[in-house]
Amino acid sequence: MEKTHAIELRNITKTFGKVVANKNVNLYVDKGIVMSLLGENGSGKTTLMNMLSGIYYPDEGEILIDGVPVTIKSPKDAYNYHIGMIHQHFKLVDVFSAAENIVLGLEEKGRLNYKNVSEKVKEIAEKYGFKIDPDKKIYDMSVSEKQTVEILKVLYRGADILILDEPTAVLTPQETEKLFEVIRAMKADGKAIIIITHKLNEVKEISDVVAIMRKGEHIKTVKTAEVTEKEMTEMMVGRQVELNISRTDVIDPKPRLTIANLNMYDENGFKRLDDVSFIAYSGEILGIAGIAGSGQRELLEAIAGLRKVDSGSIIYTPENNKFENLVGKSPIDIKNAGVSLAFVPEDRLGMGLVGSMGMTDNMLLRLWNKKKGVLVDKSDSKKLAEDVLNELEVATPSIDYPVRKLSGGNVQKVLVGREIASNPSVLMSAYAVRGLDINTSYTIYDLMSKQKEKGTSVIFVGEDLDVLLALSDRIMVMCDGKVSGIVDARKATKEEIGLLMTKSDREAQ
Amino acid sequence: MFSIIGLIKAAVLNGTPLLFGTAGEILTEKSGNLNLGVEGLMFMGGAFGLAGAYVYSVITPNPIGFVAIIIAIVSAFISGVFGSLIYSFLTITLKANQNVTGLALTIFGTGVGQFIGEIMRIRIGGNVTIPNVLKNAFVDPVMPGFLRNIPYLGDILFSYNIFVYLGIVMVILMHYFLYKTRKGLNLRAVGESCSTADAAGINTDRYRYFATCIGGGISAVGGMIYIMTISGCVWNYSALSGEGWIAVALVIFCFWKPLNSIWGSILFGGLLILYLKVPVPFIPTQIYKIVPYIATILVLIFVSMKQKKENQPPHDLGVNYFREDR
Repeated sequence: MEKTHAIELRNITKTFGKVVANKNVNLYVDKGIVMSLLGENGSGKTTLMNMLSGIYYPDEGEILIDGVPVTIKSPKDAYNYHIGMIHQHFKLVDVFSAAENIVLGLEEKGRLNYKNVSEKVKEIAEKYGFKIDPDKKIYDMSVSEKQTVEILKVLYRGADILILDEPTAVLTPQETEKLFEVIRAMKADGKAIIIITHKLNEVKEISDVVAIMRKGEHIKTVKTAEVTEKEMTEMMVGRQVELNISRTDVIDPKPRLTIANLNMYDENGFKRLDDVSFIAYSGEILGIAGIAGSGQRELLEAIAGLRKVDSGSIIYTPENNKFENLVGKSPIDIKNAGVSLAFVPEDRLGMGLVGSMGMTDNMLLRLWNKKKGVLVDKSDSKKLAEDVLNELEVATPSIDYPVRKLSGGNVQKVLVGREIASNPSVLMSAYAVRGLDINTSYTIYDLMSKQKEKGTSVIFVGEDLDVLLALSDRIMVMCDGKVSGIVDARKATKEEIGLLMTKSDREAQ
Repeated sequence: MFSIIGLIKAAVLNGTPLLFGTAGEILTEKSGNLNLGVEGLMFMGGAFGLAGAYVYSVITPNPIGFVAIIIAIVSAFISGVFGSLIYSFLTITLKANQNVTGLALTIFGTGVGQFIGEIMRIRIGGNVTIPNVLKNAFVDPVMPGFLRNIPYLGDILFSYNIFVYLGIVMVILMHYFLYKTRKGLNLRAVGESCSTADAAGINTDRYRYFATCIGGGISAVGGMIYIMTISGCVWNYSALSGEGWIAVALVIFCFWKPLNSIWGSILFGGLLILYLKVPVPFIPTQIYKIVPYIATILVLIFVSMKQKKENQPPHDLGVNYFREDR
């Protein structure tokens, strides 16, 4: 008899427009097994799991449960097949109590009796070692409590296959330990569990097997006990690719930005930057690597004055050697001092450009306060727009054509052209080439290199390690809001950086 | 003493169309659909309700009052469901902007209502009206005489037409549905967080269609009640106009809770009629007429300051949901 698996994926492919999120993925999980799904950001882990939970529908391939092919068209179907997913961003109704959230959408017979619900919830909680108050409102709960409700919600529905999307990302170490005990209890109960993660130590600690994803493809599934962290990293980041980016030597570096002991909490009280210290020099490109959400964006926004820091200092040293602490200054003052933040592409248009305006008006967004008077004088911005158009070869019908309708690469050129035009002495960029084709990407790399040669201190947050290694002079690696290491980009290897990216403790320093 | 009882009675009668308009919109907004077309729905309900009763009175030799009421309710309700169906199709299926669609429905509904009302007036010559026997059925008190004859209390509680009591029963049923049943819980979840409801296996589109259409039907019945009771079974668009907008404001005033709409609509009904019942010579009626709106603004300020979670609008109100949105 052929062995059937609790859940099996065969040749799953999913595309979003032109972007291939998953390509021919084959995977299976057995009952009583904890599997880690390991991969970098954008490697398609969450998309793949969303197809199991009914959020997305695969373009190709089939899903088998206990050896039987099934169609999962909606989350309801997923529940019917006893698949439960705990999403990274909790799917809970804030103004409802835990019990109300748990029975949501259930089609049980009879009247809704919260007393019975509470009792059943407590029963399940006891079985797996949770603590929960079923009548507590979600908005009064801590992150870890909310997660508990999410897990209970799927257990209440009798889920046998549990998918947890980065469950530890928002937990403290103690809470993580508790969660792992629960997972072990569920495993002992014969449930199949899939954990999406990129933390290697957790993979080692909790899972029996690990499936590694890279760029939408399933690379390999191995037994956790038979693999080292180094081997996992190698499979995760892939082989090093040589890129042909011209890199000049750093000439006469002087400290430009000195960041010391920077700490920052977000509105939920979660620590986003943890004791970050580094120096950015003039005439060099400092690459910043890290899994998305490790604090890169927060760091740049803190330097640009867009976010309040809780402690620490950002000392800015311009050419004339007059020190200035940027902490507490307004974004405009920081900008005028010569620190420029270019492209935050998660909403490339939202934060940098106004989509329905043309190039001229978008240039005006930076120049408006240079002139006095009631009426708008567009002559300067028009000239700048024309300069950017000619120098960077922006493909647009006219400088007044709405930038929203331009291709991603051209939008990026408009944005970077404008930022460079203000002659910044610090140029910060985040994910500058995301979604761009190769040629346009190289144009952007070129622009960065030129700025560096002019003596600008360039801070480049990137995703592609090959690019970071080829473009930067030094690479700072961030993990969980901490600096896990700063390496020489000319000597470092991809594996070295990969290990630093996934290290949640600070052995590296 | 008499004038206070008179004011209360007038407030209740004037508040009843608002009660229906508001309660219908509460049901709609609980599903996350902000339907600004209430004004249009109430116009349509008024015109079709009157038309329904009129047609019935013409084709039957001996029309019965109770049947006329049922026909008026049903035709108003159906017209409201129809209007809301257009809105639902545009916003839920085609994901059109809710505010724009709602305003379009207001323009459409007032136009349709006007058209039906005017065409009846022209065809028949003079104002459309129905026989007195039917007219009385709409406005006569329904409670038995011994209750009505209780001093003071009888006047305040038991002297009203059938729609007042229907409205209160409807609102209590709605409250029970929203807060005590599974379907109600699911509906509230759809309005609070559509993606959560979807992930919980709820058919969010179906709930939104259902709530918006039923809610729109209830709002339309409010328009019919206005025409058939306050306006005396005569098509009078200028009296009806504005009712729908007050209903939209009342939803906020009532914190999106059906039970609150009882006292809310009575209060606003009173404020609307204040200029007739408590006239002060040197205050122009225009000042009186802005009082309800000032009250709404004050409540909005108060609610925003308090920030109590339960009194906030449904979290996903006005947001269209698309599952594969990233």
